[in-house]
Amino acid sequence: MNIPADLKYTESHEWVRQEADGTLTVGITEYAQDALGDIVFVELPTVGKTFTAGDDAAVVESVKAASDIYAPVSGTVTAVNQATADAPDSINANAYDAWLFKLQPADAGAIDGLLDAAAYGKTTEG
Amino acid sequence: MTLKATPLNSAHRAAGAKMVDFGGWDMPVNYGSQIEEHNAVRGDAGMFDVSHMCVVDLQGANARPFLRSLLANNVDKLQAPGKALYSCMLNPQGGVIDDLIVYFIDETWFRLVVNAGTAEKDIAWIRERNETTGSGLAITPRRADLSDDGIALVAVQGPNARAKVWDTVPAVRAASENLKPFNVAFVKDTPFGELMVARTGYTGEDGFEIGVAANQVEALWNALAANGVKPAGLGARDTLRLEAGMNLYGQDMDDTVSPLDAGLAWTVDLVAERDFTGKSALQRGQQQQFVGLILREKGGILRAHQKVVAASGNAGEITSGTFSPSMQQAIALARVPMDVAVGDTVHVEIRDKKLAATVVKLPFVRNGKILAA
Repeated sequence: MNIPADLKYTESHEWVRQEADGTLTVGITEYAQDALGDIVFVELPTVGKTFTAGDDAAVVESVKAASDIYAPVSGTVTAVNQATADAPDSINANAYDAWLFKLQPADAGAIDGLLDAAAYGKTTEG
Repeated sequence: MTLKATPLNSAHRAAGAKMVDFGGWDMPVNYGSQIEEHNAVRGDAGMFDVSHMCVVDLQGANARPFLRSLLANNVDKLQAPGKALYSCMLNPQGGVIDDLIVYFIDETWFRLVVNAGTAEKDIAWIRERNETTGSGLAITPRRADLSDDGIALVAVQGPNARAKVWDTVPAVRAASENLKPFNVAFVKDTPFGELMVARTGYTGEDGFEIGVAANQVEALWNALAANGVKPAGLGARDTLRLEAGMNLYGQDMDDTVSPLDAGLAWTVDLVAERDFTGKSALQRGQQQQFVGLILREKGGILRAHQKVVAASGNAGEITSGTFSPSMQQAIALARVPMDVAVGDTVHVEIRDKKLAATVVKLPFVRNGKILAA
């Protein structure tokens, strides 16, 4: 299972990338897309919306099931990826390209509290 | 709890299937893309392992009168050996114990195929009725884990399904070329032993459901795969049956739901001078109607248990919902109030939204064609 070393992760299978401008890009992992199966609907948050870590921030639905996507850290939405919403199966094709939204974190250090690739990899085993 | 496994379990795993716990059975949900498997069945040929379903043989002189009182549909519609009938089996309250197919083999031998999750309950009920009525039937479950001569079941479905079965097992052709829907033929002496070949299915496409000795099913499965029949999992089976407007036991109806409220009035024979378990309870008539819904607004996928609100304010509920691969829209089966009509707009509560949906007549799709739009 592909778990890029340069990303951070949550136990609920979101990936988080630190951008140079201080924002965090959020998507769902390879493991999550594989578990969901064919993805057919994505609901994105609105830009400007503020979340506390763990809030429902987006929804990804496959043929099989609906899955809530949580804000990995507290922050404000600065951008959403309409291309992913327009082509939900792009998440199946490449989960790490098809990002969902970007957050301006309330606390720049909050990302350090997330899992690294090795620790996330362990949560997906067994 | 250990999951039960069909005789094809290792074949599914070898094919890379994603396995899930389906009512206590370790079953393939897909072998990659559920949508590709769905499309293979609509456009070509796919196959499903349905060996978790249970063949139950009823044998004895009283088989017909016993079934006449056991089933809501009238077994007297089966006059020629080889004919099959879809029916509900009801409890005294008129709720559905199970839905099943009964095959007429001869006057002393009828065969039922019942659902996986209900098999034990069904068999217990049938045995109790056999005792109570003094029918004296031999009741023999033939599922592989319950029988030394177990029967595995493979459903081969799609516009090219029958031709691919004939290519794979040429001996089947002569016996099944003129077989009409809802008829069964038994073909002896094939390379896979005796085959039960029924022109039935759960996809809205043509095809066969094949009963085969449990120890021969893997060879048959591999031979069909080598002839281009695509293995398909329970995921595709669900979207296909939903598009075909077919009920799933435990989801669209159960022990508490009348067949009249589950769109199954056509299977209940109330006309005949015949009593059957549940008949008197059905005299209260239909309370709700079973319809199709197509979502008209973006905002989610229709799912079971979402609330459906009619223009009158009366509410119903979705019993099964999904994204239809054939229609590229969210569709659902729903139980709605009697004041809803086909063509009406209703509103479905999805998360914090109320989204418009159109009420349509079932099925959505049949034989590759979209009928509801």
